[in-house]
Amino acid sequence: MAVLTDRPAPVARRADRGPRARVNRFLGYGVLIFFGLVFLYPFVIQLANSLKTEPDAAANPLSPVPDPLTLAGFERIFAGTAFPLWLGNSLLVTVVVTLGRVFLDSLAGYALARLRFRGRAGLFAAVIAVMAVPGVVLLIPKFLVLKQIGLYDSYAGLIVPLLADAAGVFIMKQFFESIPVSMEEAARIDGAGVFRTFWSVVLPMARPALITLTILSFQGSWNEFPHSLVSVQDPDLFTLPRGLADLVSGSLGKGTQYPLKLGAALLATIPVAVLFVIFQRYFVRGANEGADKG
Amino acid sequence: MATDTLAAPGTAPAGPPRRRTGGIRSNENVAGWLFVAPVILILGLFMLLPILMALWVSLTGWNGQGSPFTGDVPFVGGDNYSRLFTEDGLARRDFMTAIRNNIYYVGIVVPVQTVLALGLALVVNNRLLKGKGFFRSAFYFPSVTSSVAISVVFLFLFANSGAVNRLLGLLGMDGPEWFADGRGVLHLLLGAFGVDSPPAALTSGGPFGLTWWDWLSGPSVAMTSIICLVIWTTSGTFMLMYLAALQNVPVALDEAGMLDGASRWQRFRYVTLPLLKPTTFLVVTLGLIGSWQVFDQVYVMSQGDPAKTTLTPAYLSYRTAFRDFDYGSGAAISFVLFLIIIVLTLFQRRLMADRDGPRRGRWWRRRVPEGS
Repeated sequence: MAVLTDRPAPVARRADRGPRARVNRFLGYGVLIFFGLVFLYPFVIQLANSLKTEPDAAANPLSPVPDPLTLAGFERIFAGTAFPLWLGNSLLVTVVVTLGRVFLDSLAGYALARLRFRGRAGLFAAVIAVMAVPGVVLLIPKFLVLKQIGLYDSYAGLIVPLLADAAGVFIMKQFFESIPVSMEEAARIDGAGVFRTFWSVVLPMARPALITLTILSFQGSWNEFPHSLVSVQDPDLFTLPRGLADLVSGSLGKGTQYPLKLGAALLATIPVAVLFVIFQRYFVRGANEGADKG
Repeated sequence: MATDTLAAPGTAPAGPPRRRTGGIRSNENVAGWLFVAPVILILGLFMLLPILMALWVSLTGWNGQGSPFTGDVPFVGGDNYSRLFTEDGLARRDFMTAIRNNIYYVGIVVPVQTVLALGLALVVNNRLLKGKGFFRSAFYFPSVTSSVAISVVFLFLFANSGAVNRLLGLLGMDGPEWFADGRGVLHLLLGAFGVDSPPAALTSGGPFGLTWWDWLSGPSVAMTSIICLVIWTTSGTFMLMYLAALQNVPVALDEAGMLDGASRWQRFRYVTLPLLKPTTFLVVTLGLIGSWQVFDQVYVMSQGDPAKTTLTPAYLSYRTAFRDFDYGSGAAISFVLFLIIIVLTLFQRRLMADRDGPRRGRWWRRRVPEGS
């Protein structure tokens, strides 16, 4: 599970041994384990309590062992809530948004990195400026536009506004700039058009960046909440986060049904958790502006 | 360049390739625009246009019926804005309460998450310890999960008979009813020193319709649990930024300090910390920008309750528009928030441009961790 590769450790010096170093190491592990528990135990509690009965969850919230162990919470998720519907909607939105984003962001990133066209510098500056727009203040504005162009309360309203993102364009541009030009020139001289060169020559070389973008888009659109809040109203169009929020604050009332709520939240977390375990370094690249590794 | 427009992308270049170097690039002008067109269209339609439309709506009294762009909608000019700042009333009271809540939220979240991120990065960067990779992942994991799902978990943790209160119980303390307790933490602290009733000077007046006593409440108990949640989710991301910076600190510098007889603390204070300065600026400004946008957690956990002490401008703008159907006021609130965040963003860009010199481009695209 190594996230970042370490520098090769210098040859151990005398300071690394001895009683002081041992105390330091002991303290270090103490800190690691303490914070490891702080960051992971909530997930343990979530899993454990989703498998408990309601009285047990209320009486022993800290215990990692369900007694008795029951799947009743999960049964009620599938039988008593619209969870399957939310799951389907989330899958649809996430898949379409991810495919669309990867394709459109690559196209635009490639054009901004490689094609010489008038207005390119201005466009790039605009993309940078768009990245500075805080998402939260766009809630009302997005609703207004969706209403005006008739996409409100539709799958298109959920999907289309998320299809392009400025940050993705930026990642792809940075990556394409790091690829040597010679390959493309060879293709061009062989008579390939711009799109052909992009599609068959450059895009296959951009695999690492494409994976990063895919992962980030998947994670982003799977977890997206505020947009679904202002783009749809019809419960048939709820995505998982929206359904979950509704489940907690609305239909079932507050303070009850914890095994069910925790189970539903757990199921919503699993896809991203699995991706994270498999593709961690791409998440890290996203957090740390991976363009420098190219 | 009329001939350029004839060649579409994806087709073979028109005519035989020309000798001039420009020949190969002849159709790039069109292709370039075609390539960026979808992105420009979407970003323009859902980022730029909305801002202009909302600016218009913030000057009207639109109630959500019909289109805001017809003559039927009352134009009120700056009224929505003046109600937030100058006119005494509920609108200003709520807005100022939200601003107060968010100021306390920012004031705790940003320093704590920065220090925690740095601390975690230092521990995880320690070459004497094994298994660091696992812990890095563990600390970062909450940052990639859904803010809504995490909020559900924290609702349970902070429930009256929840895990946090059990833990406090083990330590011999009585936990509060987190989400029902609207008392300010500073008020409670003063209460512990026997100051239960505020001095008259503080309750008699204050700026923007809130009394000084209200301004000085501190975050409420309910807000504290949201603060815990956000610090817990975001410090992992910032830890990674610090970690990346720490791995660029040359070992030689630290060793030179060691040879000069500097203590561990001195080396950290005078060697490492100054080298981390650009990262610290980045983490702090990103934290500031993110903290003014807190929304998901408030929506799921408290909806602004109890006693409006978890109300934030972002949530208030949503609530004013979509619950009270006062879209004009809601849009005005989001514009004020927009202004606050833009100022902070420009500040960050300026700082990064100054500090980071040639590497500036790398920092431009820092995304704010979701929900921070």
